[in-house]
Amino acid sequence: MYLTQYLLLAAVLFCIGVYGVLTRRNGVLVLMSIELILNAVNINMVAFGTYNADVGGQVFALFIIAVAAAEVGVGLAIVLLIYRNRRSIDVSDASLMRG
Amino acid sequence: MLASVSLFAQATGNSWDLPANIAFGIISVIAIGAALRMVTTNNVVHSALYLLIVLASVAAVYILLGAEFAAATQVLVYIGAILVLLLFGVMLTRARLGGDEDLNYEQRWIGLGVSVLLFVVMTYSIWEQYGTKDEARLVGYEPQRTAEVADSIFSTYIVPFEAVSVLLLAALIGAVVVARRD
Repeated sequence: MYLTQYLLLAAVLFCIGVYGVLTRRNGVLVLMSIELILNAVNINMVAFGTYNADVGGQVFALFIIAVAAAEVGVGLAIVLLIYRNRRSIDVSDASLMRG
Repeated sequence: MLASVSLFAQATGNSWDLPANIAFGIISVIAIGAALRMVTTNNVVHSALYLLIVLASVAAVYILLGAEFAAATQVLVYIGAILVLLLFGVMLTRARLGGDEDLNYEQRWIGLGVSVLLFVVMTYSIWEQYGTKDEARLVGYEPQRTAEVADSIFSTYIVPFEAVSVLLLAALIGAVVVARRD
């Protein structure tokens, strides 16, 4: 087993998540892609924690999971608010603050 | 992709970690396939279910790395809570449950180009730094037990832990305030 395997898996998942964030119009799907990105980062954290025989990696992965839970709660609240005001969750419709 | 296949073949050449490598191969194929379907499918609910497969595979990767508590938390928090929350979001925004053609932007080639470029850069730097060097080997690691994690959280990382609990409280109140009908 090499550390590289885990890092490459995380890189693939991260890039798929970035693709999802860039190409999806639906606000909920954008949030799902962000979850994918956070998971890829978590794989890196746990892999380096195991590699260095340090519990810190796992602890920071737990912190990231907690922050992701907070993020998805606030994000969904914002998406619901956009839906309520505009009857659509297309993120390109939410251009009120465009200069 | 080719690099990871050759790395996989090289890594399975050593008999001492063959089962773990086979498990890793199966898990990573499932995770990457489900993630690709997740960002390309035209159905919002299917996308959420593919996300479930990815999250479960990531939990399996944690088990493989010996991080048992992170795996349990992944199943409890991500699959148990966040996914249900996302499905509630799908329901409350009245997304079309059948297929929906305009879920994606037309200019998806730009997004594809950006993510492929990012992938090439990241793969190159990871390969340069670690590759199949001997110091990048994960040799005979011990599982990190939940008791060690608990000791670490409540001694070394007590300040970030308290900050995260305050953050969760603030996010909860913020979500209620933002989504409330007034």
